[in-house]
Amino acid sequence: MKNPRLLTAFTVASLALVATFATTVLLHAAEGPSDAKGPVVLPPEVLALPVEQAILTSPPHVPPPISRKYSARVVINLEVREVVGRLADGVEYTFWTYGGNVPGSFLRIREGDVVEFHLNNHPSSKLPHNIDLHAVTGPGGGAASTFTAPGHSSQFTFQALNPGLFVYHCATAPVPMHIGNGMYGLILVEPKEGLPPVDKEYYVMQGEFYTTGKYGEEGLQSFDMAKAIDERPPYIVFNGSVGSLVGDKAITAKVGETVRLYFGVGGPNITSSFHIIGEIFDKVYPEAGLSLPNRNVQTTLVPSGGATVVEFKVDVPGTFILVDHSLTRAFNKGALGMMKVEGPANRVVYSGKEIDAVYLGAQAEAGSDSSKREAELKSQIADATKANPLIAGLTKEMQVEKGKQVYMGLCFACHQPDGKGLPMAFPPLAGSDYMLADRDRAVRIVLKGLTGPVTVNGATINSVMPPQEAVLTDAQIADVLTYVFNTWGNKGDAFTSSQVKSIRNETH
Amino acid sequence: MNTALFIRLCAIALCSLSGAMLFSTPLTESSATLIPPIKNPESKIENRTVLIPSGAYVPLQRTLKEPAQIPVAAFFLAECPVTNAEFLAFVTANPKWQRSQVSRLFADSSYLENWTSDLVPGPSAPPNAPVVRVSWFAARAYARSIGQRLPTIAEWEFAASAGYTSADGKNDEALNRDLYAWLARPVPAIQADTASAKPNFYGVRGMHGLVWEWVDDFNTAMVTGESRADSGLDRDLFCGAGSVGAKDTTDYAAFMRQALRSSLKANNTTTALGFRCAQNLPDHLSLR
Repeated sequence: MKNPRLLTAFTVASLALVATFATTVLLHAAEGPSDAKGPVVLPPEVLALPVEQAILTSPPHVPPPISRKYSARVVINLEVREVVGRLADGVEYTFWTYGGNVPGSFLRIREGDVVEFHLNNHPSSKLPHNIDLHAVTGPGGGAASTFTAPGHSSQFTFQALNPGLFVYHCATAPVPMHIGNGMYGLILVEPKEGLPPVDKEYYVMQGEFYTTGKYGEEGLQSFDMAKAIDERPPYIVFNGSVGSLVGDKAITAKVGETVRLYFGVGGPNITSSFHIIGEIFDKVYPEAGLSLPNRNVQTTLVPSGGATVVEFKVDVPGTFILVDHSLTRAFNKGALGMMKVEGPANRVVYSGKEIDAVYLGAQAEAGSDSSKREAELKSQIADATKANPLIAGLTKEMQVEKGKQVYMGLCFACHQPDGKGLPMAFPPLAGSDYMLADRDRAVRIVLKGLTGPVTVNGATINSVMPPQEAVLTDAQIADVLTYVFNTWGNKGDAFTSSQVKSIRNETH
Repeated sequence: MNTALFIRLCAIALCSLSGAMLFSTPLTESSATLIPPIKNPESKIENRTVLIPSGAYVPLQRTLKEPAQIPVAAFFLAECPVTNAEFLAFVTANPKWQRSQVSRLFADSSYLENWTSDLVPGPSAPPNAPVVRVSWFAARAYARSIGQRLPTIAEWEFAASAGYTSADGKNDEALNRDLYAWLARPVPAIQADTASAKPNFYGVRGMHGLVWEWVDDFNTAMVTGESRADSGLDRDLFCGAGSVGAKDTTDYAAFMRQALRSSLKANNTTTALGFRCAQNLPDHLSLR
């Protein structure tokens, strides 16, 4: 390789010297990326390879497997665009993207392919960008060779020497901000022998967003440098937004099919404990090396700037939840997706709920001396509370305000800040016919929790709400219910602590 | 012979030869037809110059051999970036800088592309909005035409380091909020009027939040002063390496300005890149 390069250097140099004295020639060289050396002179055996245009797909889709059994020269055109998009409901963000999506387009090539890579930075971009592909062997992974001003394009060539699933990302300073705004994606280098055939393939990446506003705060959010430096992201999400893989955007499979997920972490900082609730990975290719897989894995660790390939056969129908099993990320920051599996049930593999019975635990037996004394004391407390005008005089507005604090600290994670819940997972409270129909039942559900199917506004949701009786005081429950019954268009009277207390103490 | 070194030597030879051509030929000199400072009757604020007192600029990145601070002598800086109306007056007086006339050596094919025609800025380039899609060569020629020059990186960064209410803007929350909010928005199809930018402590407007701006020595942004086989770009800018040698790795906006400058060639133009002019103090005032 050294001789052709030397030859190129001489050619470029002598051309340039001539050009200095002939302005017309220089005109051709005047536009283009900095430090451009001109196209590489490929050896005849590489030039002889067939040329093909890479197929690019946006997440969660993956280009078809490569069927050819020989190397090719693959041309990849990737466009950088800065676009305003949805980060969560009511929340917008200016994403910096490869191909208009977060994560960027999925690239698929074969071990040994020679890739002619074009990076095009859209004229409307505010900033220069580049790309570091972890599949590239060479300094910077292509970063310096693709450093491109707004409204320009760069080209470089590399050969895919190692098979594997690799992250690519922008490497322009300040890198954490470029990645933190969405500039990452995956490139799959299939091994020469190919990958085992599967029925479905999907593309999911985790990344975090450092917004100035807290989780769910509406409007167009800016990047918060201080939160990024402290690694305190309000959002940790799959495929660039909260709910990108939920409801009708969930990935799908049929019972009996084998699914392969290409899962990567863009970061910029947070490692993922990737897990699918209710599914065991039959195979995990650790760190996406595509050599020997680990088998029967529950949770696999995927580093920032790394990836994994997991495969599993789906045996029973239902909704399976993809999470980062560092669970506040799933519960409070958005790292949650869904896979919906259709097909016949197998009640031997998984029966569903068989029996629901009452269990009293260690409660004192009704009628015992101790429980009589308890009831007596409680009625004394209730009387004292009722007689105290300060407590009785709490206005409904104050309760709504205090209830909002409780709601935004606890309930919003499932029922959402707008009270609309999440389709198929968590029922809405805004305009909920089920909730508004029975005030005592609402108190009971907050206290004792609720498991199993309910029909809310015509939709059936089969989910679990944990009991809050050990978490919230009677007053807090009265406040939060007053808030919920008087917000998002709901109208209702205030709840009282004594009302909550009497339901808390009711026996079955 | 080492190939990289050879290319480097050729490049240096090429630069000095072409540089000599660009700057010493009568062609370039005569382009600076001296015209009086331009008054724009439609402008809400006159683009006056503001005195920036002497101070020191702390470079974002440096090698151990370079000084920690670069002294900045007092100078005059334009209150606002050059507007479309002002640039129109310039290209009217200097036809060789009109869109259809300009040499591709001095401005690439998207030069003034948002203008309707050579002498009509049109609806996408309001008179009081900063001119964008201009090359470094064009910006420099403009400054010379009014007897001024472009500010240096040190001067520009020093003036831009002020907050709204004090000379040190690093902890000015309002400024940082506005700055990152601007960075979070894509380039608008039509730039805002310069008058919309809030003046900083020195009284200059739009250092942050209007457009990026050319500086005279933009292409020195990544030079480390040390000649190694690799270019300064690979070593000092990309990925984690970007923070090596950086004085303050928390100033993301400074990294972005530096990255932008490094990505440019002198004939490049982009949708959000304009400029403003600077001027030395008269000799009898600049006693330092």
